[in-house]
Amino acid sequence: MKEFKGRVIAEGTVDAKALVSHGGLNTLASFQKALQFGDKKATCGDQNNPDLYGKQMAGKALCLPATIGSTTGGLVLYCACSMGRQPACMLFSEPIDSLAAAGAILADVWLENSKMPVIDSLGEEFLAYVKDDMNITVKEGGVVVCQS
Amino acid sequence: MNLTKEQQDILDGKQGDVLAKVMQTLVRYGEVFGADAMVPVTSKYNHLVTSFGLKALAPVYELMDKLIESGNVSKQKFSADPRPLDPNVPSSFLQNFVFKNFMYSKQEDYEKQLEQIGIMDKDAYTCTCYMDEVGNTPAMGEVLSWSESSAVVYANSVLGARCNRNSGIIDLMGSVAGYVPRFGLLTDEGRKATWVVKIETTKKPEAQLLGSAIGMKVMADVPYIEGLDKWLGGELDEAAKTYLKDFGAATASNGAVGLYHVENITPEAVKYGKDLVAEGAKVYVVDDAELQRVYDSYPVIWKKKDATPKLCFMGCPHMSLNQLIDWTKKVEQGLKEAGKTKVCIPTVFTAAPAVLKKFEETPYAAVLKKTGVITSYICPLMYMNNPLSGKMPVITSSNKLRTYTSARYYTDEEILEQITKGGAER
Repeated sequence: MKEFKGRVIAEGTVDAKALVSHGGLNTLASFQKALQFGDKKATCGDQNNPDLYGKQMAGKALCLPATIGSTTGGLVLYCACSMGRQPACMLFSEPIDSLAAAGAILADVWLENSKMPVIDSLGEEFLAYVKDDMNITVKEGGVVVCQS
Repeated sequence: MNLTKEQQDILDGKQGDVLAKVMQTLVRYGEVFGADAMVPVTSKYNHLVTSFGLKALAPVYELMDKLIESGNVSKQKFSADPRPLDPNVPSSFLQNFVFKNFMYSKQEDYEKQLEQIGIMDKDAYTCTCYMDEVGNTPAMGEVLSWSESSAVVYANSVLGARCNRNSGIIDLMGSVAGYVPRFGLLTDEGRKATWVVKIETTKKPEAQLLGSAIGMKVMADVPYIEGLDKWLGGELDEAAKTYLKDFGAATASNGAVGLYHVENITPEAVKYGKDLVAEGAKVYVVDDAELQRVYDSYPVIWKKKDATPKLCFMGCPHMSLNQLIDWTKKVEQGLKEAGKTKVCIPTVFTAAPAVLKKFEETPYAAVLKKTGVITSYICPLMYMNNPLSGKMPVITSSNKLRTYTSARYYTDEEILEQITKGGAER
């Protein structure tokens, strides 16, 4: 078991299984199919992301360095949250990028029933340690606990 | 963050709950990046990245309705990214069915929303809103609330305006509130270069390839580019602007560049020179071998790698007037050399509606039409961004289109060879 501490971007606590991307998450490429064709599991459609491609993102503790790609990224994330297809939480090893921040804040401010805790700046060690399917607990104050 | 009394009142709900939420969104967004204040948006027009009535984005349209119903429309008129559909562009019966009934079924409704909220006019759909013909050209130092990545990097770098790489919706909220948070590229410090890029090639580097190389290297940082001025003729003329349009789009899509400085060319580099380079800046040398390495690194994700191309897209971002004319001459000459009259691959040149209108007024329009090349205002990326088009072997010289879709990248010279002579070996 290991505990990490980051900065809270969107508040909340949650328990979920980890899903890890070591490269940046291309939000549009990853979520578009799920939003377009009614895939409630939000299966990742980004062929350029070998860590995530074909895996269920909805309900997972998505661990990643940053998001990349189209500047529609924030609104795509907002839509995923609105449609209940978002990850259980998003945990960034780096300081959050502007697109992911926009999506997280839009969802937090404008949606009442679709909370997604978002923590950033968890550090390189976090991404090196966390593995797919580890049990992740997000506590208040930006504390993230990972255990096998 | 320090807010003025007016801003605090908005945040406190004194101008209604919806505007309070808009301000809350912008303030929280700014606080994440250490913004010290909310500053007025000073450009005449805004530009929105969302131009498509994509069924999947229904929650966005609901949010837009909330803004419209509460009377919180944009304080500025705005342009928007290109439309996703154009009947001029070749597509199969099945593609048309999917486009109209599944993907872009909300297009008409969404365009009505844009009219209500403040679009400039019915032709203001292009990613190159900064073209003279379109008229959304910010001045140096103006503060923007844009988000289209290729337009943001152009406005910051070539025009000297100030804009962060925002997300869609944040762009609209900035012009609804009339304020954006001041951080990053809105500050003098944030516009300093943390990379020096030295161009040491033996010929003029391909704009889209150089942009890709620099984008992948510096990611979201600001590069100061030395040695490119000699290949751009030493001044910021129309040809240089077109080059930097394509170069910038590649830096923004292959990396996340929001601003670059080109020594002796871009306005801030001309004004401040090397004072723009931050202490301890890293160095990246680009020579012929480095460009070749980057080119060779692009994966070809076509199912059948040697498939005959079914479509060629040029113009992501949209082509400029001088680019359309230049390509018309090149295609005409290429076909002449090949003893042909029509292009070998269905080819679409895309540009802003206003640019196409100007082009139609030139004698080159008839010449291009004779070659079989189609002109369109479409967004190639939106055309490609679905499973049906994704299976098509499409070629392009756009590194943005390559990055976001299955389109295969070729240099301008190779594209010309392919469309006029029917093949280019790589």
